[in-house]
Amino acid sequence: MSVTEYPGPAACPGCLTVPTILRLVADTASAGSRDLQLSLPTIHCAACISTLEGGLMRLSGVEDVRVNLTRKRATVRVGPGVDDAEIIQAIAGLGYQAQSLDAATLSAGTSDRMARDLAMRLGVAGFSMMNVMLLSVAVWSGAGDATRDLFHWLSAAITVPTIAFSARPFFASAYGVLRVARLNMDVPISLAILLAVGMSIYETALHGDRAYFDAALSLTFFLLAGRYLDQRMRTVARSAAAELAALESPTALRLTDGGAQTVRLDQVTLGDLLLVQPGSRVPVDGDVTQGSSEIDRAFLTGETDPVAVGVGATVRAGEINLTGPLWVRATAVGQDTLLHALADLVSVAEAAKSRYNSLADRAARIYAPLVHLLALAAFAFWVWVNPSDVRFAVNVAVAVLIITCPCALGLAVPAVSTVASGRLFKAGLLVKHATALERLAEVDMVVFDKTGTLTKGIPALTNPGDLAPDALAVAAALAVHSGHPRSQAIVAATAGQTLQVIPLDAVTERPGFGIEALWNGVPVRLGRGDWLGGLEGTAVRIGDAPAQALTFQDTLRPGAQALIAALAFRGLPVLLLSGDTPAAVADMADKLGITDWRAGVLPTQKADVLSGLREQGRHVLMVGDGLNDVGALALAHVSIAPASALEAARVGADLVLVSLDLMQIDQALTLATSARRRILENFAVAAVYNILAVPLAFLGLASPLAAAVAMSSSSILVSLNALRVR
Amino acid sequence: MDVLVVLIPVSLGLGLAGLFGFFWTMRHRQYEDPDGDAARILRPEYDDAPKG
Repeated sequence: MSVTEYPGPAACPGCLTVPTILRLVADTASAGSRDLQLSLPTIHCAACISTLEGGLMRLSGVEDVRVNLTRKRATVRVGPGVDDAEIIQAIAGLGYQAQSLDAATLSAGTSDRMARDLAMRLGVAGFSMMNVMLLSVAVWSGAGDATRDLFHWLSAAITVPTIAFSARPFFASAYGVLRVARLNMDVPISLAILLAVGMSIYETALHGDRAYFDAALSLTFFLLAGRYLDQRMRTVARSAAAELAALESPTALRLTDGGAQTVRLDQVTLGDLLLVQPGSRVPVDGDVTQGSSEIDRAFLTGETDPVAVGVGATVRAGEINLTGPLWVRATAVGQDTLLHALADLVSVAEAAKSRYNSLADRAARIYAPLVHLLALAAFAFWVWVNPSDVRFAVNVAVAVLIITCPCALGLAVPAVSTVASGRLFKAGLLVKHATALERLAEVDMVVFDKTGTLTKGIPALTNPGDLAPDALAVAAALAVHSGHPRSQAIVAATAGQTLQVIPLDAVTERPGFGIEALWNGVPVRLGRGDWLGGLEGTAVRIGDAPAQALTFQDTLRPGAQALIAALAFRGLPVLLLSGDTPAAVADMADKLGITDWRAGVLPTQKADVLSGLREQGRHVLMVGDGLNDVGALALAHVSIAPASALEAARVGADLVLVSLDLMQIDQALTLATSARRRILENFAVAAVYNILAVPLAFLGLASPLAAAVAMSSSSILVSLNALRVR
Repeated sequence: MDVLVVLIPVSLGLGLAGLFGFFWTMRHRQYEDPDGDAARILRPEYDDAPKG
């Protein structure tokens, strides 16, 4: 029941994916066919498998396809010269989303191997347990003398090699902690198993009737089952999290005398000149030396309005360039960027979280010394009662060790967590951290970020009805030519309407300002209000007529309203912290019914608010997606990041919301509370069973039969109870 | 009780057969995709064991 450490976060958000690129390069370099891993989030049925496998096999260059429905992935073996993009395109043509994965395969490989290794040990232990149990049944039902001895020897012959193989993980873990003079749950487990086997062999040699081979084996089997469940659950969550990480690649376009060249982020040095294309993320902190554009700072500050930048402006790593190309001179790279400073915050908080005492740890801390003391007391008591019969005293001590051994305890937590994580996975939530569910059950306050969390971070046009019909038609016609999020919002808002047809000539994009064209010789423009004549925000203008303003608002995520209502119903106070302008935040808070909100909050202030709440003894659930939330996410008692969040935020968060629907968070709270209750019930079951069985064992009344029955029944009871999590 | 001489090896042999069956399924990766396998069996086309 020792809690396996969760691997720490990578030192920087980019580091995780750098190996991906290296491997990608290696893959493309080697001739011959290669395996391509794809994530297919939308597949769900038998027909999907047939469509995808059949459809892809028809492509030239595809040698083999295997869809894995459980993991929602596909492995495609492609011949040389086939590009990832072609395959993804083909899958899109079949009607499914696909994303290329590469780093995920490596890390999933090792934990897969570990799960398979445990399954193998579990299988062997199960086989041996069944055989030895059957032999034991014969002994219990009255086999005597030579037959009993024969059966005991047979049991020993099966048990000894099985224990040597199957119980290795416990021995290794116990040896590991004993070497540094500490105790964990594996110490009493190993001691019980070894003593039981040793004592049984000794008894068998003396023709005794108390052999615990079956108990030693079932102990191993049940505990391995718990460990296997634990491992499986973590493999699933980890590989899903790795999938998310594999989607971003930290590269930069460096300009040298020899032209532009794509380099890895860690190769960028101070003073390098980088080209940031429209639509891509600024790789490092720097100053703009050439070009003008608008940038989206939402991830960094929570502002929804794009910001105009020109020569001399400072840009930060993580911002998105929207309209025109920008030439940026790097002023801070690697460890000095703001992004990296935030990632450091995460690792500090991660250390704090690993100090969190899980229920299992707390139980183990009381339990482990108690078991040893009880066994020792039993031995001392019987030696004191009858000094001549040390053999009986040892026998009783072994019985106490076996009876008290935490079969039910070892299964109590993993069984519940497996069931709960499985249900959450189906609901679209990944549990990344081992103790996240327990911490989620303790939440007494919820803090939200606005942009990208409660909202989708995608603007929507709010006033198409206020515009003159020709202005709307012109705006729509111009917007088609731009990739700017607001242009796309205009296109989306006018998609269903029949508008005047506007033939445009000489369409030019003015990076940082907007887009202009000629309509029957009249200049028409769509862009920043200040460019078109003193308006705020975005506007459209036809010739010399006054500019007309277009207003935008961030669209709410589905389930946002329902979630806030559900949290109010639970009686959890909700706080909205946003870096956006007060007007935008007030509007959103009003719509959602949030009374407690703060606008214009800087990233460090967010973290301060969180540490303030922590000092007040609050257990805060933080939900956020941006870089400005990273510190807050890390400082919160438990945190959730949507899958659309920046990697730094996802690394810092305990749970990742893959589903678009925010209402799943409410379900997660319900499940976490239920899971915690089941874990406590399971501990109670284990305690009651010990209270009943230990006195019997102590008095020397526990027969091997009683031990076997008690152990199996309590383990089964605990597993069944875990299934009640919902 | 002479029957034990036959019965014990037989029962152990059957158990071992099961154990090796389990090993075989592990080695042939039959636990990789339980959901997919449940769906595949309902398809009209014949589908061989996981390739590769």
